[in-house]
Order: sequence, then structure tokens, then C-alpha cells
Amino acid sequence: MKEIKVGLATCGISAGGTAVFNEFKQQVSEKNLPVSLRETGCMGMCYEEVLVEIIENGSRYLYGSVTPEKVKRIVAEHIIENKPVSEWIVRGPDSGEQTDFFRKQKRIVLRNCGDIDPGNIDEYTARGGYNAIRMVLSSLSPEEVIGTILDSGLRGRGGGGFPTGLKWRFARQAEGDKKYIICNADEGDPGAFMDRSVLESDPHSVLEGMMIAAFAIGAEKGYIYVRAEYPRAIERLRRAIGECGARGYLGSRILGSPMNLDIVIKEGAGAFVCGEETALIASIEGKRGVPRLRPPFPAQSGLFGKPTNINNVETYANVPWIVVNGAEAFSRLGSEKSKGTKVFALAGKIKRSGLVEVPMGITINEIVFDIGGGIRDGKAFKAVQMGGPSGGCIPASMGELRIDYDEITKTGAIMGSGGMIVLDETTCMVDVARYFLTFTQNESCGKCTFCRIGTKRMLEILERITSGDGKEEDLDILEDLAQTIKRSSLCGLGQTAPNPVLTTLRYFRDEYIAHIKEKRCPAHSCPHLITYRIDPEKCTGCTLCVKRCPSGAIAGEKKKPHTIDPDKCIKCELCYDACRFHAVIKI
Amino acid sequence: MGLKNESVLREEKGIHRFKIDLLRKTNESSSLIPLLQSAQESYGYIPEDAIYYISELVGIPAADIYGVITFYTQFRLRPLGKYLIKVCEGTACHVNGAKKIVKAIHSELGINIGETDPDGFFSLQSVACLGCCSLSPAMMIGDRTYGSLTVETVRKILKNYREGAIEE
Repeated sequence: MKEIKVGLATCGISAGGTAVFNEFKQQVSEKNLPVSLRETGCMGMCYEEVLVEIIENGSRYLYGSVTPEKVKRIVAEHIIENKPVSEWIVRGPDSGEQTDFFRKQKRIVLRNCGDIDPGNIDEYTARGGYNAIRMVLSSLSPEEVIGTILDSGLRGRGGGGFPTGLKWRFARQAEGDKKYIICNADEGDPGAFMDRSVLESDPHSVLEGMMIAAFAIGAEKGYIYVRAEYPRAIERLRRAIGECGARGYLGSRILGSPMNLDIVIKEGAGAFVCGEETALIASIEGKRGVPRLRPPFPAQSGLFGKPTNINNVETYANVPWIVVNGAEAFSRLGSEKSKGTKVFALAGKIKRSGLVEVPMGITINEIVFDIGGGIRDGKAFKAVQMGGPSGGCIPASMGELRIDYDEITKTGAIMGSGGMIVLDETTCMVDVARYFLTFTQNESCGKCTFCRIGTKRMLEILERITSGDGKEEDLDILEDLAQTIKRSSLCGLGQTAPNPVLTTLRYFRDEYIAHIKEKRCPAHSCPHLITYRIDPEKCTGCTLCVKRCPSGAIAGEKKKPHTIDPDKCIKCELCYDACRFHAVIKI
Repeated sequence: MGLKNESVLREEKGIHRFKIDLLRKTNESSSLIPLLQSAQESYGYIPEDAIYYISELVGIPAADIYGVITFYTQFRLRPLGKYLIKVCEGTACHVNGAKKIVKAIHSELGINIGETDPDGFFSLQSVACLGCCSLSPAMMIGDRTYGSLTVETVRKILKNYREGAIEE
């Protein structure tokens, strides 16, 4: 019997997955086809959404960019006549398709994503799910579990990179009648979506990781703090927790053992700073999510003053795999100090954007070119932005850099949660720095003066530079402010907020100077510093730009070259986007 | 304050659930944020009366509750239009032209971020990241996400909502 799987994570649904699923459903019932139609999560190849996989006798055919119209032909030819529609297949049993996207990947965290139905616990257990917690409960002591995690070399995937086993040991050793375990699913970095994808596609692996951690530290209550902006992730988690309760994986005397554990969901209310451990704890307690000074660390005094262990979604998702396959299997992967794999959310000016999981130690170029297929529209690769607002930009010239926690930190960026935004020659680096400062300035909780006012001053300077009013001394002031804010802020938000400015100043200083001294934006991106002109050689006089221009700045006769009046032009770029002959140019 | 708007509040959809949540969660020390979320789900925003109501039940001063409301971007103190447009301003959307999308919405509807149009049909909000980076630039209207937007598609989508071609 054939199996049809439709990818229905947020990315798939946004691309029209529900309509595709419904069309299959209708075709199947109309024609009474002997197939099993199921929904699944994110398959990773987000650039080819809607994705549909057809499986029979172990042969897998993945169709990309499926629409309800295409469903009819896939059903008629592939399902009924057994003739796969080869031109729409993006990955299949025969070589020649876009297998490059997967060739260098190694899936541990994403082992079930896009394969199982996240809404059905049986599909998780059929793939070996909950074997790890069974093993732990039947034959391991908490110390042995912690030892395994320590030996594996797993480090916190939320960005901090702290050894997970060590964190667990601290919480285990802390004195307390009651202990808590928290899953940080408040993925607030713009440009990162791996936690959402994992929660939507394989919620049970996160729950199982939490169960193992709870056993190790001795917690009986767990919280998942998840962004309210991720409604589908919340819905699937809720369902998964319900299924676990019904099967005895959660609740009291789990699987007949003496262990008790309840897990509840807390919806975040939209504050980036709540990704910080102590702020997150304050938020669960119902307060403003303002960080506090550490120590005491949450392992000693966390939620409601009790010993608490907090890990990120991806960290927990690694745990069951490590328990089942052994610490050695995990630590064999990766680089000397960063073991295992890392999930990256690849987006920006890249051809194939999506979710990729690669062994640590892979180079930036391998991700951008071999997996991501290079830059879109034939443009030149300029930089990758890593670590979101706490991170920085790594220039293309450093593309051979091996990605692990320490190598990335050396560049001035950070690994962060794994957002990787690819930038091309049309991206202005001063504007990117300004963009991140706008974000951190908005999200600063306001507790520390340096963070609250310092980031505001930095932002003002960056705004001045991008609008052509920069002064020569601005760069020194920026660097001075950056160092002071880093030194004087209480939490990670303030301590890292200047990173986007510092890295762009380090690697793209000439762009800042061009803005300030020559009043020129080399990437032709800052509106105040560009003028639009029409190349008379290329203009065919098709008048499309005239029709689009909202300010009447374009004039000219039909079939003759047009001109733009710079005084009337409002720099909305509609003409630039509309022109089919690339006749509108930016100077 | 107090009773004047109570009957109006009662009539609104969802009030029942809010009340049940209130009763269930009153004894939890950490219930404030879930209660506010429940109030907002019931009313579409957090009415002043609801703040006093929660304050009395959980014993947290209204001023502190106000402090929590204004700290988190999710909470609103004013009602929204029928459709809430959330424009994503994440990094991927930013480099792929989110600004143009905001401009296009502005020129179509005449509203800026944080505003509701005069007939209460659309409200416009910006969000830090919708997590749909591979579909950037993206926006959400109600529960629907729209990706790979251009100025043209934004116009078309808004027009469809205006003409009632898209139902919730």
C-alpha cells in the first residue's frame, strides 16, 4: 500500500499545504484508492514547500512545490498507474534530483521531522520513541544518565554552549525538597525557526528529553515556556502531552517506576528578553520578565526559589538519541570541543532556504554553497549573519571557517540558537547593524541604564549614518559605547547587543566610511543615499514604470526611453521592481 | 469604575471561558499572565474593568498588573480591527524587503504600524519574527500566513479581504 505524506508545519501550511492535503483526501475517497494519507511536519526543504512524499516498499519520492492542480496528475500517474511524475520530484530513489541539500546533513535532532505524524504518539514509538526513557527507568541511575550526557559532550543549543551534563549535575546536587525542569521554547531571535519546526514536527522527542532530564535531576514538575506566536507548536505540544498522560509516560509512577512528572505549557507573551533564563523564570512566575543578577544560578535558586534546570528545545531533542545510541556515537561527530550536530535555519538571499542539520566542524561555504545552493539571482555572497541580535556578520572571505562554538566566537559573532541569514552584495552592512540595534533597543527591558540608553544612542548614530548625516567621529563613539554597554549590562541581551555593530565595523569598516565621507551606500540599499535613473540603452519605453510610479516622477513617450525626475521621486523602488529590462538603475 | 461596563463585558463572546479560567487559576501564584491571556482571548483586548476584576481576585495591585501588561508586546489595552495584520520584520524578511511590504500596506490602507483603520476592519502590527524565514517576506492575517510577498500580492490579498473573498 502506498503512503502519502503532506508536510504541514507552519512553512507547509503557509505555502498552501492544507489545500493540497484536502485535494488528496478528496481524490482518495472519490476514487476509493488503497493508500494511507497522513500529515507530517517540516521536511527541512522549506524552499520547495508544499512538499509531498509518496512511499511504497521502501522507495521514497518527494514532490516539491505541489499545488492542488498538481495533485490530480500525481494521483492519476503515480498513485494509480505507478508512473512517478519525474519532473516534479525533488528527491527520489534515483539519483539526479536535488539530493545535494541532504548529502552533507546528519539528522539527530531532526531524525523524525517530516517523517512521522506529530499528532500520533504511535508513530513516534514505532520509530523507537520512548525507548530511551524506558532504558533510563529500568537500568540507569541519575548519576549514570548525567555521566552519559557529560561524556557525549552535548552543549546547550540555545546559544550559550554550556555543557549540558554539567548543568544537570549542578541541579542534581542542589539542595531542595522540590525541583523544576524548564524547556526554553521562547525562540525570539529574528531569523531562527528551528525550535518551532522541531516542536511542530516531533514534539515527543522534546518531551522525552525533558523526562530524562527530570529523572536525572529529580524534578517532578516541568514547564515548557513557548512563544505565543507559535500557535501550531503549542497545539501539537498540548496534544502530545495529553497522549503521554494517557499512555503513562507522564503523571505519577511513570511506566510503573517510582518516577512522577507533570509537564505544563506556559505561553510566552512576547518579550525577547524572556529567552534569558532568569527573565524567563520571572515570566513563569507571572511577573515582568526582567533578568536578575547571577549567582545564584537557577540550578541553585530558580523557579519559585527552587533548584531549576533550563535547557533549550534542541538540547532536549538530542537527549533520547544520545541515551539510545551512546555518548560515544554522539561525541564521534563534530569538532574537538563542539560535539554532535547543529540545526541551522538557513534563510536570506540563499537559493535553498530551510532547516539543515549538519555535523559541527562543517565550513560556512559548505552550508551556503553545497547545501544551500549558493546565492540567489546570480549575486555575490557577502556575509552570513549568525546568532541574531546577539551575534554578528561573518564576511564571505572567511567562508572556510569551521563552524563550532569556539571558532564562531573568535569572529565576534556567536553560534546563537542557529539562525543563519545569508547576505549578498545588495545588503548594506550599516543597515543590518541599524536593523539589529532597532530590535535590541526595542526589546531592552530597561533595567540597566547602559543597555536602555546606550543602545538608543548607538541606534541614533546608525540612523544618522544611513541617512547620510554621519560624522567622522561617529565610529569612535560607536566603539566606545559598544565596549561600555558590553561591560556594564546585567544580562546577555545588553552584553551582546553591540555585537552586530562591532562585527560590521571590524569587517566592513569601508562601508561605514563610504556612508560618512562620500555620502554613498556601496550596496545601493540606503534610500537617502541613492538616486534612481533609467538607462536609455535598456529602456524600451514599455511604460510599465510610469503606471507603477505613485508620485508621477517618471515621464517619457511610449516606445522611447523614459526619465525619472529625482525631485519628485520618493524612492519607493516600485519602478525598479517592475522593470523587466533592468533599465532602472540605482546610483 | 466597576459595574458600569460589566453588562457590556458579559455580552461579549468568550466571557464564560474567561470566568472559568479565573476561578480555576485564582489559587496559583503564577496565574497572572495566563489570566491576562485568557482575558485578551475573550475580549480581543484587556478592558480596564478586567484589570480591576483580576486584581481583586488574585490580590495583585492593579498598577502591578498594568506594569505586566505593558511589558509584554502580546497584550493590548485597546480593541483591534476585525483582521489583525502582523508584518514580519525578522532578519530574513528585512533583507528580502519587509520595508516595501509595510509601505505597500500603508499606501493601501492608510495606517501605520500600531494603528487600526477608521472602519475597524484592519489593524497593523509588526512582529520580530514569525519563524517563516524561508518564505520571507511574510505576514500573517488572522491565523493565516502569507509568504514570498511582493507589493502586488499584498495589494491583492488586502483587496480580497476587503471584498470578503477570504473568510475567517
